[in-house]
Amino acid sequence: MTEQKKQNPLLSVRNLTVQFETDDGLVTAADQVSFHLMKGENVGLVGESGCGKSVTALSIPRLIPSPPGRIAADEILFDGQDILSMTSKEMRQIRGRAVSMIFQEPSSALSPLHRIGRQMTEALLLHRKLPEKEAWQVAQQWLAKVGIADSPERMYAYPFQLSGGMQQRIMIAMALMLSPRLIIADEPTTALDVTTQAQVFDLIRDMKQDDTSMLLITHDMGVVWEMCERILVMYASQIVETGSRDAIFKNPKHPYTAGLLKAIPKLTTSRGKLKDIPGQVPSPFHYPEGCHFQARCPFAMKQCRESQPRFYECGPDHQAACFLLASES
Amino acid sequence: MKNRMKTSEKETPPLVRIRDLKTWFPVKRGLFSRTKDYVRAVDGITLAIYPGETVGLVGESGCGKTTLGRTLLGLESAHSGEMFFDGIALHAIRAKAMTPLRQRIQVIFQDPLSSLNSRMTIMDIVTEGLVRFKKISTSKADHARRLLDEVGLPPDAMHRFPHEFSGGQRQRINIARAISLRPEFIVCDEAVSALDVSVQAQVLNLLMTLQERHQLSYLFISHDLSVVSNIADRIAVMYLGRIVESGTTADIIGNPLHPYTKALISAVPVPGNNTGNNTGRRMRLQGEIPSASAPPAGCRFHPRCPEATAVCREKPPERTVTEGREIWCHLYGASDG
Repeated sequence: MTEQKKQNPLLSVRNLTVQFETDDGLVTAADQVSFHLMKGENVGLVGESGCGKSVTALSIPRLIPSPPGRIAADEILFDGQDILSMTSKEMRQIRGRAVSMIFQEPSSALSPLHRIGRQMTEALLLHRKLPEKEAWQVAQQWLAKVGIADSPERMYAYPFQLSGGMQQRIMIAMALMLSPRLIIADEPTTALDVTTQAQVFDLIRDMKQDDTSMLLITHDMGVVWEMCERILVMYASQIVETGSRDAIFKNPKHPYTAGLLKAIPKLTTSRGKLKDIPGQVPSPFHYPEGCHFQARCPFAMKQCRESQPRFYECGPDHQAACFLLASES
Repeated sequence: MKNRMKTSEKETPPLVRIRDLKTWFPVKRGLFSRTKDYVRAVDGITLAIYPGETVGLVGESGCGKTTLGRTLLGLESAHSGEMFFDGIALHAIRAKAMTPLRQRIQVIFQDPLSSLNSRMTIMDIVTEGLVRFKKISTSKADHARRLLDEVGLPPDAMHRFPHEFSGGQRQRINIARAISLRPEFIVCDEAVSALDVSVQAQVLNLLMTLQERHQLSYLFISHDLSVVSNIADRIAVMYLGRIVESGTTADIIGNPLHPYTKALISAVPVPGNNTGNNTGRRMRLQGEIPSASAPPAGCRFHPRCPEATAVCREKPPERTVTEGREIWCHLYGASDG
């Protein structure tokens, strides 16, 4: 939204690696992931299932269960504070208040046993220390704000009495109620119908304050186009390309990004074959040597099979990790 | 390679014909579990599918599209109405007479893992139908090798189990099983919805290749209009148990007439389209789909329709036919139908 590029980033993640101990061995879910978010910026983290995007996002509020998970990073700085060295008490102050989350499945993110009103006021009581009556008032106002009719009665409803779209509206109200600095939205509309999805996007856009940043995790390129100014593309545990929305969509530099954009079924008036990416996403137990995409890449060279490419600059604020760019730069 | 049968209406008889089909689920309440009410999941659908074509059936969750497919397969029993497959009345058929038809009508479901038996090898899975109908001419392995080759899987896959494969590969196995008996008609119920984009395109392409090779007809059920538009020759848009508009893909996507179709197309986020992004606003529907047990009177879409008038609240719209397109909407006068 507002261009304040010279400021320090709100969030900066450097060389984040997340691993899980499993019965079949150690799995690296996120591998040397680095990125930053400016104040007020909406950034999309896109990739296919299993690429590590959710794990990356969950590491920021340290929501990776440990064991079996292990987080290691050179730094995760949120608003100048070092997330990794915080005590769990300090962490609880950050979660919900400064960083809030919207998950994919509102029905599993809401407690089935408690009424909506009780769940919504919980955060207000905890973080803003409001008296109960006032908290109830605030929650009810938010319910109305996110477009739920009969908000006084709905405060007494249980989640199962509401549709998926309404539940997600409530999740959004809960995420925004405390004016967080950062919203992490993990596939917030994937479980919803397209017409409801469109409503939810409008809602997030309308309700989010301009200086609140958002990290939106999704597999849907259409969704990032709608909601984000900058995009991080992830493949098989690594970020492979980052850039502005227009740079990524109009001038993708990594063969994976380019292939993904071509493979998306677009609305068309005539039937026809799609340009697919051959092969399968490799299993996290068997990532290939060198570039993780080389087995599916139409341009793979000897070098790609031997070593991992570093990031190359390919435009203002646009980088991709691919050896093809080595000769260009 | 484009020698697909371009069947237009009236030239050939339809392979599948559905007339005023209703699938209602009873809601039982009270002491003696009397049927109090019905959920009208499919409530008066008329649809034809011609040999070699794909009809895309789109709509949001709860609109009845899956129930329609299941009714066609005989997995749900119809409340009333007629269904014909190659002239055979499916609505009046006995279970025993349905058995031979199962070779000709097949299905591919959304979840590729739960539709495969985890204890069977891939060879046993893909040849199960052939064994059941005594169609094994050489050996099971021969048939399995041929089928796996058709769907682009290596022959050594046959000795492995479903959990050893990725989502896309599992859906290829489901496709291999579905085509094993050389069916004429396949119901694809959200067949690519659970797959990632890069693999989704592969599976869609495979479905199209097989269709061209074997002259298959598909009923392609999906909530995803973009996916449907890439594979369907014709599209039917469903809302709350009824079809609101149907026509060729070019007509429905290029020039939607029904307000619901327009809203549905407008809601699809299109990368690269600057009219709908961050700042701009597109056509938005208010509210959500009402319950199918108490559908609104008149046109079922009227409570959410931006163009609803008094007549929409009172009278259900009649079918209007214009240039091969069918539409149920009061905006398009029934007089010239």
